[in-house]
This record gives sequence, C-alpha cells and structure tokens, in this order.
Amino acid sequence: MDSRLTQFDELAGADGCTRAPYRKLSQWLASTPPELLASRREQAELLFRRIGITFAVYGAQEATERLIPFDILPRILARSEWAALEKGLIQRVAALNAFLADIYGAGDILKAGIVPADLVYRNPAYCPDMAGRRVPYDIFVHIAGVDIVRTDDQGFFVLEDNARTPSGVSYMLENREVMMRLFPELFALHRVAPIENYPDELLATLRSVAPPRANGDPTIVLMTPGQYNSAFYEHSFLADKLGVELVEGRDLFVRDDVVYMRTTEGPRRVDVIYRRIDDDFLDPLCFRPDSTLGVAGLMGAYHAGNVTLANAVGAGAADDKAMYTYMPEIIQFYLGEAPLLQNVPTFRCREAEALAYVLDRLDQLVVKEVNGSGGYGMLVGPHATKAQIEEFRAKLKAHPQNFIAQPTLALSTCPIALASGVAPRHVDLRPFVLQGANGARVVPGGLTRVAMTEKSLVVNSSQGGGTKDTWVIDDAWVDEEAMGQA
Amino acid sequence: MRIRIRHETTYRYAEAPRMAVQHLRLTPRNHDGQHVVAWRIDVDPDCRLIQSEDAFGNTLHRFSVDGPIESISTVVEGEVTTFDMAGVVSGAVERFPPILYMRETPLTTPSAAICDFARETTSKESGTLAKLHALLGAIHESLTFDAAATHSATTAAECFEQRNGVCQDFAHLFIACARGIDAPARYVSGYFLSSDAEDQVAGHAWAEAYVEDLGWVGFDPTHGVAPHENHVRVAVALDYLGAAPIRGTHSGGAGETLEVKVRIAQAAAFSQSQSQ
Repeated sequence: MDSRLTQFDELAGADGCTRAPYRKLSQWLASTPPELLASRREQAELLFRRIGITFAVYGAQEATERLIPFDILPRILARSEWAALEKGLIQRVAALNAFLADIYGAGDILKAGIVPADLVYRNPAYCPDMAGRRVPYDIFVHIAGVDIVRTDDQGFFVLEDNARTPSGVSYMLENREVMMRLFPELFALHRVAPIENYPDELLATLRSVAPPRANGDPTIVLMTPGQYNSAFYEHSFLADKLGVELVEGRDLFVRDDVVYMRTTEGPRRVDVIYRRIDDDFLDPLCFRPDSTLGVAGLMGAYHAGNVTLANAVGAGAADDKAMYTYMPEIIQFYLGEAPLLQNVPTFRCREAEALAYVLDRLDQLVVKEVNGSGGYGMLVGPHATKAQIEEFRAKLKAHPQNFIAQPTLALSTCPIALASGVAPRHVDLRPFVLQGANGARVVPGGLTRVAMTEKSLVVNSSQGGGTKDTWVIDDAWVDEEAMGQA
Repeated sequence: MRIRIRHETTYRYAEAPRMAVQHLRLTPRNHDGQHVVAWRIDVDPDCRLIQSEDAFGNTLHRFSVDGPIESISTVVEGEVTTFDMAGVVSGAVERFPPILYMRETPLTTPSAAICDFARETTSKESGTLAKLHALLGAIHESLTFDAAATHSATTAAECFEQRNGVCQDFAHLFIACARGIDAPARYVSGYFLSSDAEDQVAGHAWAEAYVEDLGWVGFDPTHGVAPHENHVRVAVALDYLGAAPIRGTHSGGAGETLEVKVRIAQAAAFSQSQSQ
C-alpha cells in the first residue's frame, strides 16, 4: 500500500527521471552544499518569527499560537500545467455560483432531480434566510480556495471546494516574500510568475460587486471575529495589504438598513464587507442570538442591497462534502460542459450500497464527515488504529448520511529540505480563485501544504502540516530543449 | 369567531442604552382559517418601521432607535375572524417545500431520550396523522405547564428531561418528536383566546406538522388539541427563534425589564369591557 502512496514525485517523476519543471532546481540542489541549505532554513525560521506568522490550533493542550512549518524548497508547476488547472478552477467556481443562485432562486437543479432536495434543504450551511434573495451579479462565491491534489503528471483532482471563508492566502504571499529574500539566485534561474498582485486583484473583485450607490468608490472593510480566531493574523495582514479597515462587529452598526463604521471622524457608510466570520455569527437578530461578534441588523441592510457581503451568506451550501460528489453533474447542468478538473472518486454513504462497500474497506479508505473541515472528524484508514476504525464504524452506522468516503489517494510528493537532507513529502495545493462582476482571476500559484511527517497524508495546518512557496514558471525551456534536440 | 387582540410589550432600562434594534413578527396574515379584519402596529419612541417579508413568509417589521432610550413600547392591536378548520392549515403563504422543515436547530435537536419517547409513543399507530396525534396526547400528558421552569433558550431536550415548561417548550418538544419520526414540523407563534382569562402575560405557541395528502396540520400540545377557532396564527419558523414576536438587541445600557400585556377577547365582549 505504502509503495503505491509514494509513486509520483513531482521532481523525480514516475520513472525517476527529473521532470522538466524541476530540472534547474535539481541541478542547483546538486551543486549546493548541505550547510548552505541548513543556514537558509535557519534564516527562514528567523524571518517568519520576526514577521510573526502564527496559527492558533484548536484542541491543543498547550499554548495556542505556533509557527507553521515552512519548507524552503519551492514547489514548481510549468505554465502549461497551470493554464489547464486555471481553466478548470474558473469553470468550477462559475458552476458553484450558478448552483447557489439556483438553490436560493428557482431551484431548477432540484426540479430536474439532479441533486436531491433534502441534501440542499437539510444542509446546515443552507441559509433559509437567503431563499428568494438576489445577490449582486448573482455572485455568491467571490473568493474560493479550491483544494487540489495530483496523483500523476496527467491531471489534477479537486479534493474540496472551500466557498465560505477560505484562509491561507497570507501564507502564499508571505512565503513568496521570504523566498525572494532567501533565494535570489533561484529566482534568477527561473521565470516565476508573480503573485504579489493578489491584494490588488482581490480589491478589484470586491469593488466590482459594490452596491451601485457607491459610485465606483466603495468603502470596503475586512470583518474579523477578533484576535482569538485562528486566522486573525491573516485578517490583519490582508486588511493591511488591501488598504482597508480591519473591523470587528462592535466597530459597525446599522441604522435604517445602512451599515456604518465608527470612526474618529464620525460614522462612515460601509459598502462592501469582506467578512472572515461565519454566517452563524453575522447578525444576532437573524442567526445565533448569543453572538457578540456580529452586527445587529446586518442582514436587513444586506437584503436591502445596501451592503455586499463577500462571500455571500449561505455560500457554504455548495462546498459541503456531500454536495461535492455532485459537482460533475452540477458543472454539466449549468455550463453544459464536461468538468475540466476531476473529482476524487467518492462514495456517498447515504446510499446503502456505497455504505456496505465502505464498511467492508474502512482500513483502506479515507472517511470524512460531510460537514467537517480542517482535518477534524476524518479517518485515514491505512494509518488508523483498530480502535479508531471501530469508532468510525459505529459513527457511520448511526448516521451514514453524515459521511463520505474516498480511496486513499496516491498524493504526489515534493522534495523538502530537512536537517537530514532532501526527502519527498506529500503535498496538496490551494489556489485562490476570485470571481467579480468583471470576471474571474486566479493568481498563478497558491498555497502548497505539505505533510511534514514521512508518509503522512494529512496536510492541514491544524494537524501539523507545513507550507511551501508555489512557483508557476515559464515553459520557455520546453521550446529551448526541443530546438536543442532538433 | 371574531377575535380582538391587544398586545403591548414594554422594555424599560435602568440605565439608558445608546441604541436599540428590534425585529417584530407581530402581524398575522390571512389563510383559509383566518381573516385579518384590521391590524395596526405602534412603536414608541417614534422610529422608521421598515416592513418586509421574512424567509418563511412572515410579516417582519424592523426598526432602530437612538438613545438615550428609557423604554421601548410596542403595541399591536387588531381583529381577526377565525374559522375552525380541524387543524388543517391551507391557503397560507408557503415559501419552502416541506422537506426544509426537517432541519434540526439547536432548540429542537432530539436527544436520544426524545427519539425513544417518539418511537415508543407512535409504535402502535400506523399513518403519519395517527402518530402525530399520539405524540400530541403523550406530550400533553407527560409535561406540566410551569412558567417558572424554563426560559426562552431552553431546548427541547432540556424541557423533556425536566418534564415541564411553557407553550414554547411544548411546541419544541413536539417538533423534535415529529421530525424524529420523519414528519416535517415547524413552530407557530400566535394568540389563543382562553375561556377563563382575557388578560394574559404572553402570546401562545404551538406546532404544525406536514402530513402527506393533507398538508400542514396544527397541533397544540399545551392544550392537547388541534388549533381551532380560538387560535390566531401569526408567524411560523423552524423554531422559536425564527418566529419570536420580538427579537432585539441594544448597545450600552443596563437593567432591562420586560412587561407584556396581552388582552384577547371575542370582538363583541371586548368592546363591552372597553365601554365599561
């Protein structure tokens, strides 16, 4: 089993012959003394400590803030690989948006019997309060973080669509900044596509969906649940990069369906809220009455069209792991196109036949809770103890509809630099897709997450995973080589 | 029957808040079982009342007032003609398919004990309607009405454990049980004309469950009956939170006290008592 799990290395390829995108890195590594790598690793650690990137881990006994492990070797994609991925991502987000507009609108896909109605209406992330409401330009998902894995050099699979408040983009930006300081010589060897424009692209996206009254000059704020949130660092980082105010619920108020921000110069009308707070906490008059993080009356202002929320309320109804299994059909239904990115084959445990199959093979499959995220509530069969497997068996039998199962994927590996030398580790990729009224854009790259432990497949930072810089490099070398050989 | 209702809610503050926002679901709509003859809503202090329809089709009024606020008083008053429909609710505004009302909410999540109770209670019955009536009787029998025992955030599971509560708790328990036997169910807030008391300290609440071929059917577990012409239906939702007559919040201020006066009478009797 384990041999199958390590079959595709993005540097070495399937046949052990260095893959083209990694050729220069590989040569550089061969000519670089181990001491240099070691000192760069130390420098990286120092830089991150100084910047102060930390991540709060829920459920950990000891103190909550720690540094996310960073690996100094870039993960490299050729522009041709990226181009295909980008097209697929944009298609996927277009379908997610069409689906959300439909389930909160006419419900055509339910009437057509393609997605079961109970999966939508009983989905905890479906927001009844959004039914019959239009959102600006019918865009629900303005920012998506789509988790991608690959198993060979052919294609990419989508593991998860994160359509609520996906995080991690600050690591993508910081990783690049640190890499440029650490390895100017490597950047000189490659033509690496820039990602530094992400904040500008995000700002343009948010501006494009502002209410018309903002007259092209909207006031945008980033709303955080506060400093105890695991991604607070990212919230303050992004607000800073975007040049917008970082606000908490208590900094905002609603008067006659208009949202205002308290400022030293008096109330200022707010047009767009990039919110990094979950639906449930947005407005104590509509959702959890005990929420002190939200703004009373916010939903009224939202429904009146006086403020745009990104992402839209109720967007989570599309990224649920059960809905995920219908994405190929969803793409086909709304866009009339075949999906460019494949789903990981997934068993819906709500279906009796699938459940029986899954229960027979718990030691081989990955079982996920439909509404879980961040690697919580997940069973990785091949790496689980007997007790863990039995615990999941009981859960599955009690509430099969709450689970899906997938084969343990042979996730690709990338080299990482360890004290002991360079070694392969499993990776995934979270590119960030922006969808505005003026089109969709994806900065070339994303956040590569890496399982720091040998053979581990869990890359979530909440589970001890690390990150890498992700490079999309020009394929010019392909032509050079082709010509050289000719 | 023609029913006259006056419902006054007053919040007073020992220390005046800077600002307050409220959502009101206090306006009944027509359906086959009731016709709203006249209805008005008044809020003091003066403010802009914004009227809209919420997701479930209820009439929603929203307002915000600036402080310092010593008190907020809301009065609704009107007349409704009701007809006994044997509990069947037809001609009402429906914004969702019944399946939506299978959603669990924190207030209505069935505990293991509730599931057992629902199963045992209904095991000998066949057909959804018979099962629901069995639940109605069993809940009415096994719970004691006790206004001091619960509060607005008491869950169905808590209420079932202590076996007492108010109409809201009875309704939540019925909803949890009904969904537990796969019948979509929802919360109804409204008014009840009682034969023994014109003046009441609260509105009423009951439940509706969906029965194939019949549609939505009302169940009033507090009284152990199907709603009839003494019931005036105001708002529906998944639970109390979605249908609450008043949901509000204020910033600053302290020492909030609440006074509710509800007067419900047959229209003729009401005008007599007014002229005395």
